[in-house]
Amino acid sequence: MRGLSKLGRRLVGDAPPRVLWSLALLLAVLLVAPAALGKYWLSVLILVLYFAYVGQAWNILMGFAGQLSLGHALYAGLGGYIAAGLYFHYGIGPWAGLFAGVAAAAAAGAVVGFLGFRFSLAGVYFALLTIAFSEFTRLAFDHWAWAGGSGGLFLKVGSGSDLWNLRGGAVMFYYLILALSVGAFVLCRLLLQSRIGQYWLAIREDAEAAQAVGVPVLRAKMIAIVLSAALTALAGVWNAFYYNNLFPETAFAMGRSIEITLAPIIGGLGTLFGPFVGAVVLTGLGEAFTDVGEVLKVPGIKQIFYGLALLVIVMYRPAGVWPWLADRLGLKERQR
Amino acid sequence: MTYDFLLSLAQAIAKGLLTGMVYGLMALGLSVIFGVMRIVNFAHGEMMVVGMYLAWMGLEYFEVTPMLALPAIAAIFFVAGYALQRGLVSPFIGRPEHQQFLLLLAVAILLVNACLAIAGPDSRGVQLEAQFDSYEVGPLVFDAVRLHAALAAVAIALVLWLFFTRTRTGKSIRAAADNHLGALVVGLDVRRLYAVTFGIGAACVGAAGALMITIIPVTPFLANEYTLLAFVIVIVGGLGSMTGALMGGLLIGVSEALAGLLFEPSLKSMFSFGLLILVLLLRPQGLFGRSGR
Repeated sequence: MRGLSKLGRRLVGDAPPRVLWSLALLLAVLLVAPAALGKYWLSVLILVLYFAYVGQAWNILMGFAGQLSLGHALYAGLGGYIAAGLYFHYGIGPWAGLFAGVAAAAAAGAVVGFLGFRFSLAGVYFALLTIAFSEFTRLAFDHWAWAGGSGGLFLKVGSGSDLWNLRGGAVMFYYLILALSVGAFVLCRLLLQSRIGQYWLAIREDAEAAQAVGVPVLRAKMIAIVLSAALTALAGVWNAFYYNNLFPETAFAMGRSIEITLAPIIGGLGTLFGPFVGAVVLTGLGEAFTDVGEVLKVPGIKQIFYGLALLVIVMYRPAGVWPWLADRLGLKERQR
Repeated sequence: MTYDFLLSLAQAIAKGLLTGMVYGLMALGLSVIFGVMRIVNFAHGEMMVVGMYLAWMGLEYFEVTPMLALPAIAAIFFVAGYALQRGLVSPFIGRPEHQQFLLLLAVAILLVNACLAIAGPDSRGVQLEAQFDSYEVGPLVFDAVRLHAALAAVAIALVLWLFFTRTRTGKSIRAAADNHLGALVVGLDVRRLYAVTFGIGAACVGAAGALMITIIPVTPFLANEYTLLAFVIVIVGGLGSMTGALMGGLLIGVSEALAGLLFEPSLKSMFSFGLLILVLLLRPQGLFGRSGR
């Protein structure tokens, strides 16, 4: 009991009451949302939560520990493929399969991290290493018959709701991704309040200085990438069972990796609310531009508007939308 | 090891070398931009595809062959690159990598989708008489278009080398790349030099696009592949090194051709990425780069 209240205190920390009340209100709204929303808006909200969740997972590595990964599709793809493959071939349910998927992704993260950090690749060089591993895996899966090769892997769509095998409708997947998002948010808050979180921020700000004052740099970076990979793999499993199909061309695509990075960068790198705010902004823009595209009927016009929006945001809010928004709302998150 | 096998091997290597020179020119653009202002052009493949489309349009609407249109395309790219650097990229120099990445990603999205909006998703190729010609050297056969493209790429690289070693502007750019502060101290207009550099980098990739369209047709979806290919080449050759980019281009061209011959063609980029990983870990300055990053 005492441990739990200590954890609670750490979670709340020095957050002002109105932040807590706003969060509670947001959670309450999200909990009852499916009852009020139609099919379309529910699917949009699912997309928002998905990007908020993977963004949070990616943010641990880049936003906290300062290591730019442009290959996170590797972990999502591995998680999804392994859990879906085990279910497809042997009927092993996703709740068991996800352990294998997460373990594989964590191992892949450990390999990429160990090689990258051990050989002290930083910045763009590390980013290129992550891209290379992701692309390499994509090509391997293209030729791997067990995973369906380039033809893809398809899961049978059952009727009714079966939480045990993750067969069911959008509402079930909504609550699952909501649980994941809330869990990741709480976890990240606790991590930032703990010693390892402080290590990460020290490494992000100045790795050499951190090393000099005795921060175990390699170990802290390894924890960041393994944790980030494992959390991303969970999103991959969710994704595979929500969409029921997997192709190497999309699961491991560079585009998938890039879309994982966008919400936290747009929202505000290294902030707890950034991934969620970024996901709301990007998904909102994406849906709005889809409608515009349907009216204009020019191929690529949706993406052109999207590109313009990204350009405007990065030019005028390079630190992300959330730090600016929080300032406006008087909810300034402590500078980290 | 039959004679036929050796011949097809030599043939593949020759073909790879010729394509590799065009790859090298493309990568040269990326390398020059990075070497001077430490900006990774994530829109490089997209620029390449735009160059290919411009050359295709030149033939389609104005009946100018890509080779003749090349100087005009390079000039357009130079101006566009100059303007892009001045207008968008300049404030991002020295900023965190993820911000530069996002900026150029937005540029990439705009470029590739502009191509899609204008030319549509279908593959567009050019028909040239030279595509039916070939040169025979002993038992080896060289496609005429490939040979012409390779020679043009080498000629352009040579001009660039002369520019960087013989002209005042070229030397100033190298000075600014070596020591930004020093260049400012001695009174060089570094902002203009950076813009010129971005223009040159863009002109390289535009020219490479004009040459590439004579070899393979273009679709908007090639852009991402070319960006990755250019990354692989400059890292393998040595990011920021001119010779490195060209040699890296040859190496990747040959490795792709050999993988296509000896294994499945679809495995060809697996080799490139494997090579990329090895070079990143064992020799991050690249095979031909100077040590010390």
